[in-house]
Amino acid sequence: MPFSSADLAAIGLTLRLAGTTMALLLVLCTPLAWWLAHTPSRWRGPVSAVVALPLVLPPTVIGFYLLVTMGPNGPVGQFTQWLGIGTLPFTFWGLVMGSLIYSLPFAVQPLQAAFEAIGSRPLEAAATLGAGPLDRFFTVALPLARPGFITAAILSFAHTVGEFGVVLMLGGNIPGVTRVVSVQIYDHVEALEYTQAHWLAGGMVLFSFVVLLGLNLTRRRASMVS
Amino acid sequence: MQMPNARLLTLLSAIGLAFTGATAAHAEQVSVAVAANFTAPMQKIAAAFEADTGHKAELSFGATGKFYAQITNGAPFQILLSADDTTPAKLEREGKVVANSRFTYAIGTLVLWSAKEGYVDDKGAVLKTGDFKHLAIANPKLAPYGLAATQVMDKLGLAATLQPRFVQGENIAQTYQFVATGNAQLGFVALSQVMVDGRIAQGSAWQVPADLHEPIRQDAALLETGKGNAAATALMQYLKGEKARTIIKSYGYSF
Repeated sequence: MPFSSADLAAIGLTLRLAGTTMALLLVLCTPLAWWLAHTPSRWRGPVSAVVALPLVLPPTVIGFYLLVTMGPNGPVGQFTQWLGIGTLPFTFWGLVMGSLIYSLPFAVQPLQAAFEAIGSRPLEAAATLGAGPLDRFFTVALPLARPGFITAAILSFAHTVGEFGVVLMLGGNIPGVTRVVSVQIYDHVEALEYTQAHWLAGGMVLFSFVVLLGLNLTRRRASMVS
Repeated sequence: MQMPNARLLTLLSAIGLAFTGATAAHAEQVSVAVAANFTAPMQKIAAAFEADTGHKAELSFGATGKFYAQITNGAPFQILLSADDTTPAKLEREGKVVANSRFTYAIGTLVLWSAKEGYVDDKGAVLKTGDFKHLAIANPKLAPYGLAATQVMDKLGLAATLQPRFVQGENIAQTYQFVATGNAQLGFVALSQVMVDGRIAQGSAWQVPADLHEPIRQDAALLETGKGNAAATALMQYLKGEKARTIIKSYGYSF
């Protein structure tokens, strides 16, 4: 078996991190994307820009500032300590917080595009037929935006699987807790264990390819149906 | 006053340029890969080196393991200042090092440090009694200071109790970051990172006695890419000289 138990633990942890991040992002980003798609407010531009920032900032920079703000001397760290849960760096939930920020644009932007593509006509038509706002959202907008949801889910999942810089700064490389696949590969390379690195990296590439291929096929089918 | 003759001005500037051109022709550049723990002293040494010889040293800081991978894949570094003695030896076996150029430029000192004043006592007893949440060490697979830290804890018989509380930095610089930001209450770092002008600048520390771990010999090597580069040869000599050694000693290294 080319994967050691440490490698398998890293793979399991990575999938858990990506899954948790994806689920949380879908829940949190749907209202945000809806607001961005429909609001006439002048805050739309600035909020869009802030959402897109993680695309531009180097991940190690994001990770470093998270380390400082979530640490005992930073505002978030002092808040979490006041809540009694200690500080977030070096924990799984600290990584989740970092991943939420890091993969945010990959969830918001497909959702926003999907909501915008619906336009206002179907929603107006539903309103004239007596549907309230929540009803319109769940029975009209959501099904029409399904391709966007699939894209947002898969992109945020895959992007978190590939996350490295943020985890490197924030994780502390604790086996089973914060040692994800990307860090494990990096460690193998640094320690000159090239064979293990090749196997893990190859596995990741294959996995990502399959995921993205799947994305393409489901999207085609989803848009054909709707 | 009369305006100076334009032709005279041109002649004078040409002569001036020729002079600077002449000195510049003798001053060369050397590209140096420097282990992360040696960052601060090397910056000082490079400045003194340039002032004394006119040669310029281009410094790149990072993990020794990474430099090994880059050098074996053709990176243009001409000198390697490693954090250990095994990497230069490995490179020499692989034919990447100029013969007889390897020497130990410093012996590192390990220190248990906390950003908090009065947290670490000067005997290191906090390792046994402290109820800290996280102890930062450099990854022992990659960083000699991390390896030395694990040797110390093995010697003190504390490895089993302390291991669950480890957080590992990828290199000694990141390890220091974890402790400096307070995320790790204390950690094993290089004395050179916390010492300024011969004293610990802030926080509290235990200078680990050298007999608790294998000596951290840091070796320098002139790489094949630096053969024949006057600045490279000059820098290798300079590192053995009085001025460089005084700087190195002031950061807590020994020889």
